Amino acid sequence: MDTQQLHILAIGRNAEIMTVMQRLLNTPENWKGLTVTTNEAALAAFDQESFDIVLLCAGVTPEEEATLTAHFTQRNPDIIVKRHFGGGSGLLKNEILYALEHR
Amino acid sequence: MANTILHKADTRGHADHGWLDSHHTFSFANYYNPERMQFGALRVLNDDVVAGGRGFDSHPHDNMEIISIPLEGALEHKDNLGNTVITEAGEIQVMSTGTGVFHSEYNAYADKTARFLQIWLFPNQLNVTPRYDQTKINIADRKNTLQQLISPDKNGEGTWLYQDAWFHMGRFDKGISTTYNVKKTGNGVYLFVISGSFSIDGQELNTRDGYGITDPGQLNITALEENAELLVIDIPLFS
Repeated sequence: MDTQQLHILAIGRNAEIMTVMQRLLNTPENWKGLTVTTNEAALAAFDQESFDIVLLCAGVTPEEEATLTAHFTQRNPDIIVKRHFGGGSGLLKNEILYALEHR
Repeated sequence: MANTILHKADTRGHADHGWLDSHHTFSFANYYNPERMQFGALRVLNDDVVAGGRGFDSHPHDNMEIISIPLEGALEHKDNLGNTVITEAGEIQVMSTGTGVFHSEYNAYADKTARFLQIWLFPNQLNVTPRYDQTKINIADRKNTLQQLISPDKNGEGTWLYQDAWFHMGRFDKGISTTYNVKKTGNGVYLFVISGSFSIDGQELNTRDGYGITDPGQLNITALEENAELLVIDIPLFS
């Protein structure tokens, strides 16, 4: 991965897990993460900031996933929108590296 | 396209944290190999050794089916669902993490090593209500046969999870053969040798080797050593 900072938005309904995700997403030097628990907050953040990856976490339904993905990709065709599994433990780094390599 | 994939034991990822020595069949934590991301819905197969009295502090999971199979020693499990239990060799632990669970896993003994397999599957349903289940298995019943540990059936032998997956284990005398037929059309089979060596349709596998078959049909399994032990994971190929 290059040294350019990676901006990540994570949306999930479990506030405790999103608190952990907030820490994990801001741990690597070249990552900057924002976590939100509502779709409204996600849409607002997306309008205000530039993101490279959006992670859809637990509690986001498949219907919401479709709606959010359509919105984000319409605003930014280069955005990576990905379902995140595992709650941050073990898979987060792998998911992001793989998504960047296979965008 | 090949219909098999061989993961030799010494090609797995490895992390030695002192208190935890872990081998990763698939990409996990700081081990990243884009060719080793998953086998269908099977995403994690960690072979963990935990030092006495040490363990994993409380941490979250969601939307994963997490199976722990102790091979030696015991783990003390605590979670925010209210469970505080000890899981020992001969038992199977399943967590359907769904909307989110926090848990810790510690070696239950201060003076003994704990060895266990930690296996994560993508679920077939998102955002389920989290659940914890633990089942005792009679190890004697897997002598020279494949014993079912896990299935999708709540009333099936062993325990169950939110995926069309079946787990079997068997411990075999040298020269004993058996067959395995995939449980669901479209599933693949991932075999993991816990100890000893086997021939699977002519492919020799040794301790901690993994072998995925995407069009399994009927598998012919022969133990090549005494007390050879095998885990068979019958798994959807697409999560």
